[in-house]
Amino acid sequence: MYKVKVFVTLRESVLDPQGTVVKNSLHSMNYSEVSDVRIGKYMELTVEKSDRPVEEAVKEMCERLLANVVIEDYRFEIEEAVAQ
Amino acid sequence: MKFAVIVFPGSNCDIDMYHAVKDELGAEAEYVWHDAESLDEYDGILLPGGFSYGDYLRSGAVARFSNVMKEVIKAAEAGKPILGVCNGFQILLEAGLLPGAMRRNDSLKFICRTVELKVENNETMFSSVYGKGEVIHIPIAHGEGNYYCDEATLETLKANNQIVFTYNETNPNGSLENIAGIVNEKGNVLGMMPHPERAVDELLGGADGLKLFQSIVKQWREAHVVKL
Repeated sequence: MYKVKVFVTLRESVLDPQGTVVKNSLHSMNYSEVSDVRIGKYMELTVEKSDRPVEEAVKEMCERLLANVVIEDYRFEIEEAVAQ
Repeated sequence: MKFAVIVFPGSNCDIDMYHAVKDELGAEAEYVWHDAESLDEYDGILLPGGFSYGDYLRSGAVARFSNVMKEVIKAAEAGKPILGVCNGFQILLEAGLLPGAMRRNDSLKFICRTVELKVENNETMFSSVYGKGEVIHIPIAHGEGNYYCDEATLETLKANNQIVFTYNETNPNGSLENIAGIVNEKGNVLGMMPHPERAVDELLGGADGLKLFQSIVKQWREAHVVKL
């Protein structure tokens, strides 16, 4: 069994209006050292072992559903987990 | 001409859409549930607005995998007119029937009011009853109508005259190039954020949306009615 952590964020080239608002709030709180904020999504998947390599399966899930690659980037981390 | 109004769990403009084509336009219309197996008996497909599947993950991302969407893709390939309004537009984008994607409105606010649209292209099956450059009043109601596509796609949209409606002068949501509605390359799939089905009766504030539905019927008649 695997624990997969998927991170989805807006692509660099796409303006992130939520991130901009949060950055402005941080600036108004005097955290002037913050130069950029990007807001994204975090998903945790529990994936059973199968014949198919887990990396390949997760990549396909990201491309087809979890991220919209027109405007979003994704990355994921895979950990092998011991069944409880 | 017979229209299908596709109903997803969470659609909420399906009744307005049905009313527009059935009562105001005078065409045949039926509700079709998202798990329908076939759309063969329908001449036009309407994807209404709302919040299909609660807008979970992204607007339209889940609806795009519902059973009926395979049939919608088939109908698009067959050249049938397909109109997606608001959430319907978002579903068409997620399904890849139209290029680009929607971001949240740049104000981060849900906007619900009537806006001015400019008819950029009146040579499509959805806009032929309008005049070129005509300014019309249609309501918008969305939180994610901020259209985006990459530069190459934008060039293609322009080169093929695929931009049908733009927001006139005032851009409500940050949409690229004021884009409010686009068609596919073949010209039979239109997606738009504004709601023409909510502007079909002067009594309710305006009837500028009716011409869009009249355009669809006009094209269908020209293609299907045999002259004696």
